[in-house]
Amino acid sequence: MKFWRFFHRRASGNIARDRLRAVLVSDRACCSPALLENIRNDLLTVLTKYVEVDTEKIDIEIIQAVDTADGVPSLVARIPFRDARPLRLQEKYDKAI
Amino acid sequence: MSEVFVITSGKGGVGKTTTSANIGTGLAMMNKKVILIDTDIGLRNLDVVMGLENRIVYNLVDIIEGSCRIKQALIRDMRYPNLYLLPSAQTKDKSAVSPEQMKKLIDQLRMDFDYIILDCPAGIEQGFKNAVAGADRALVVTTPEVSAIRDADRIIGLLKEYRLNRVQLIVNRLRYDMIRRGDMMSVDDVVDILNLELIGTIPDDESVVISTNQGEPLVGSNTMAGQAYRDICQRILGNNVPVITYKCKRGVRYRLQNLFGRV
Repeated sequence: MKFWRFFHRRASGNIARDRLRAVLVSDRACCSPALLENIRNDLLTVLTKYVEVDTEKIDIEIIQAVDTADGVPSLVARIPFRDARPLRLQEKYDKAI
Repeated sequence: MSEVFVITSGKGGVGKTTTSANIGTGLAMMNKKVILIDTDIGLRNLDVVMGLENRIVYNLVDIIEGSCRIKQALIRDMRYPNLYLLPSAQTKDKSAVSPEQMKKLIDQLRMDFDYIILDCPAGIEQGFKNAVAGADRALVVTTPEVSAIRDADRIIGLLKEYRLNRVQLIVNRLRYDMIRRGDMMSVDDVVDILNLELIGTIPDDESVVISTNQGEPLVGSNTMAGQAYRDICQRILGNNVPVITYKCKRGVRYRLQNLFGRV
């Protein structure tokens, strides 16, 4: 029934376009979720040698770079420190050495 | 010297064979000497779309295996004397021919034709590799649907790997009424996602089914798809024809019928 149209939150064409963009980024980068998980764990192992990180809030993803003409995908990682005062990182590092 | 086109898509059923038949016929109508080659070994269809299925004696695999000379396998279209078809085999499979053999055959044909059009099979395996082997340019056909576009993207990546740099896009089976409602991706969406130069768009047109039923390519005829194919041929020849967006005119009565029909 055509009444359902009135309750359309979002046109399906737009949904399709956004899904495609997302799926093509990972298709093109040939990066499976399992691989991303491995990268994430390895990155954490290395980083925790130097700083304390908030492992709950880590976000690693592959995105389409918007500023490059050929759209080369990039790995982007957001890794918040557990320590709120970054200056203390250097002290810890010096102590560790 | 020829220009060699491969018409490919990745996904099956988006309109490669129809596009090959119509572009080949269209170019022949514009007085170019054209050969259409069906490279889908084992599942030949270009012959039946062209209406030439009753005239097949030899085919592509016979030439490659040396069972016949090239001229014996070519079918000359009686409607357009400049147009030839090299049909595929129905009883072999894609391993019967190698990319090197295809390239050698194309090189032998180059001197005799203005345009060589290779109808590529669906997929990315041997059939695709064979079709791409001798080509200079590629036309990637897609429809505005997620699966077709995803496969087209993969094909575009593969074409780059095969060093085919002249690649252009055809968006087929557009429904402007659905695009207006937001229920289908627009041409701009598709071009933006695939990041490829557009050479033409073809609306979804019942005339295509009718033309295939009859074995008569509809390029140049007074139908929406026919005009669209003719425009693509013009652009191939270098004439910049603007892309027409078809406004679908439907009266109130049609809309009412549709409304009550669905309820």
